[in-house]
Amino acid sequence: MARMTGAQMVLESLQREGVDTMFGYPGGVVLPLYDTLPQFPGMRHILCRHEQGAAHMADGYARASGRMGLCLGTSGPGATNLVTGICTSWMDSTPVFALTGNVGRSLLGKDGFQEADITGITQPITKHNYLVMNAREIPLTIREATHIATTGRPGPVLVDIPKDVFQETAEFDWPETVSLRGYKPNVEGHAGMIRRAAELIDQAKRPIIISGHGVIWADAHRELVELAEKANIPVITTFLGIGSFPESHDLSYGWLGMHGMFYANMAADAADVVIGIGMRFDDRAMGRFKDFNPTAKIVHIDIDPAEIGKNFPTAVPIVGSAKNVLPRLTEQVKQQSRPDWIRWIDNQREEHPSLHIRESRRMLPQYVVRTLYEETQGNANIVTGVGQHQMWAGQHYFYNRPRQLITSGGLGTMGFELPAAIGAQVALPDMETWAICGDGSFQMTLQEMSVLVDEQLPVKMAIFNNGYLGMIRQWQELFYDKNYSSSGISQPDFCKLADAYGIRAIRVETKAEVPLAIKEARAYKGPILLDFQIDQEENVWPMVPAGASLAETIEAPAHELAR
Amino acid sequence: MSTTTTNGSKPAPHTQHTVVAIVEDKPGVLMRVSSLFRRRGFNIESLTVGHSEVEGLSRITLVVDGESAPVEQVEKQLYKLIDVVKVSDLSNEDMVAREIALIKIRANNVNRHELLDIATVFRADVVDIATNSIILQVVGDEDKIDGLIKMCEPYGIRELTRTGRIAMVRGTKTTTVHEAEPEKIARLHASQGRRVEGELPFASD
Repeated sequence: MARMTGAQMVLESLQREGVDTMFGYPGGVVLPLYDTLPQFPGMRHILCRHEQGAAHMADGYARASGRMGLCLGTSGPGATNLVTGICTSWMDSTPVFALTGNVGRSLLGKDGFQEADITGITQPITKHNYLVMNAREIPLTIREATHIATTGRPGPVLVDIPKDVFQETAEFDWPETVSLRGYKPNVEGHAGMIRRAAELIDQAKRPIIISGHGVIWADAHRELVELAEKANIPVITTFLGIGSFPESHDLSYGWLGMHGMFYANMAADAADVVIGIGMRFDDRAMGRFKDFNPTAKIVHIDIDPAEIGKNFPTAVPIVGSAKNVLPRLTEQVKQQSRPDWIRWIDNQREEHPSLHIRESRRMLPQYVVRTLYEETQGNANIVTGVGQHQMWAGQHYFYNRPRQLITSGGLGTMGFELPAAIGAQVALPDMETWAICGDGSFQMTLQEMSVLVDEQLPVKMAIFNNGYLGMIRQWQELFYDKNYSSSGISQPDFCKLADAYGIRAIRVETKAEVPLAIKEARAYKGPILLDFQIDQEENVWPMVPAGASLAETIEAPAHELAR
Repeated sequence: MSTTTTNGSKPAPHTQHTVVAIVEDKPGVLMRVSSLFRRRGFNIESLTVGHSEVEGLSRITLVVDGESAPVEQVEKQLYKLIDVVKVSDLSNEDMVAREIALIKIRANNVNRHELLDIATVFRADVVDIATNSIILQVVGDEDKIDGLIKMCEPYGIRELTRTGRIAMVRGTKTTTVHEAEPEKIARLHASQGRRVEGELPFASD
């Protein structure tokens, strides 16, 4: 044991937990921590330009690497700026550690300068949070918080430390183990339930697996392939589950939901047994709850017991980690071929090929994504913002490994793409990382381009520039009589803007230039921005209108296909 | 947090669930619990908090409107909170459920005797008496307390406070996070004057 300041304890504890990178922004009350930082040369600090960026960077770092991401902000506005990012992590269950400073203990609750009750504010959007009132509690708190963030169903945690606690000196007492009597995630899975699930799958004529984000976080994608192959069960994924099952696999039928593939939605709707794995039967995936495939029996495998039975009655609930449950299920299910069922879905796919890109002289956004897929041979990591470009990136790039698509699904946070891509690139410096940006979405966090320059990160930014908040415009066109109220958006000259940051940029105005620009961006060693002037009024299809059921999925209307 | 409705009206008993949560006695734990109910849209009929038999653990008794949410979801969401150690639904158990009310009633020389008679019937205690008022303290289930309130209303209730329900399963079964009391300790407790199970008078039944 040694005496340390609170600030030293924070950095020592984080380092012991394996944290070597932090995304942060200094401020008055965290100055003691920043003052101590040079004593820990193993800790890399990346200076964001807005704390929301720091939170998304930590999130992107976590999603790309599978390790916990750490973001840091000062009290008051620094802490509240983190909130959007923390909530993004919360909705998508990613392990992010948010560290904030607060005013000195004697000022807490007195509305001092830059005071915000950040533990109160983030209470509903963190897995757990802490206000540390004594320096000697720091090691245990950081241990517990890390344990909570990274085990069970992952999620964000927040630790708030008053300024004078950073400065206080105490004995550093590192707890060897963590034991929380109120937190014991059940990872095993009930043997009897697994047996029942196997029986149900054996009897099923039309089973389908819906694989989610949980499969990725459980690192169970190989186990999933084994189950699907043995019992010949077609697999569709949720949007966040993209990559949990290789899309090149014969049993892969894309992803379901509001902009999922027509045949995926039909398969989910026609199945007699639905096996949900590491997913939460969210409304965007399942359509109108009361009309989702009412005859299907649901097997639900999830590590969070509260997800089971939340939206749908479950025939066989299995609380556990996919990593443990899937091999045991695979062992017990019978080998089957199910030719009729697979032929039925294949026919659906032939008759309704949702991913066909029509011939057009226009620069269709789908074509841009597909060209990117071809040019990168499907190997790049793709990070998206939120909106139409996000859906096209999910549809027209094909993902064969987990963690390859990084996107804000649950909260739908615009502005996620650039900072999350920065985090992903920091986590995996050798990985080709593309930020697919909306022209609206990009403008929410574009200041983080500075970080690309500071840190020499070769992130490729592809802006899908249609001059609209495209998804808003699409909804207004389809459901609000084309009343394009506030959805047309002006933007700066993105190329000049990039130039001002010292970043290379190419404006891409014609279809013919698309592959060339992508080649050039790939060949270039540093960060680069491509401003794709895509077709302005292209819509995302297929679509389940809000409040409709999966069976009511509509495809691109003929007049649009003629454009 | 509201306590049991004071106007005597309450949902049919079958929609009510009595849920006991054993929680870490830490700052903010009550906020975590109440915030969870608010954001998930679960209606609370009553919530009481106090120490449990284990140091460092508090016991929260919640009465939940089962119509507002499946009680299973309430239990699971509660258990998801890190500071919640154990959750039990006592509704299907043979349980003792009680609350306390303090009722301040207008009383003078003319009607004080009538009020004392009513208090006797309800086994309520007079805990304060003044020239123009008395305070009754009554222990019982909601129906009994509602009944007393109704009887007092004509005299003029000046002030009323109720604790909300606390509950415990009858018999040896417990809702604690610890194993049942070992026999040796149970005998020790008995020797110190605690009555053996089965001999307890169910006073307010």
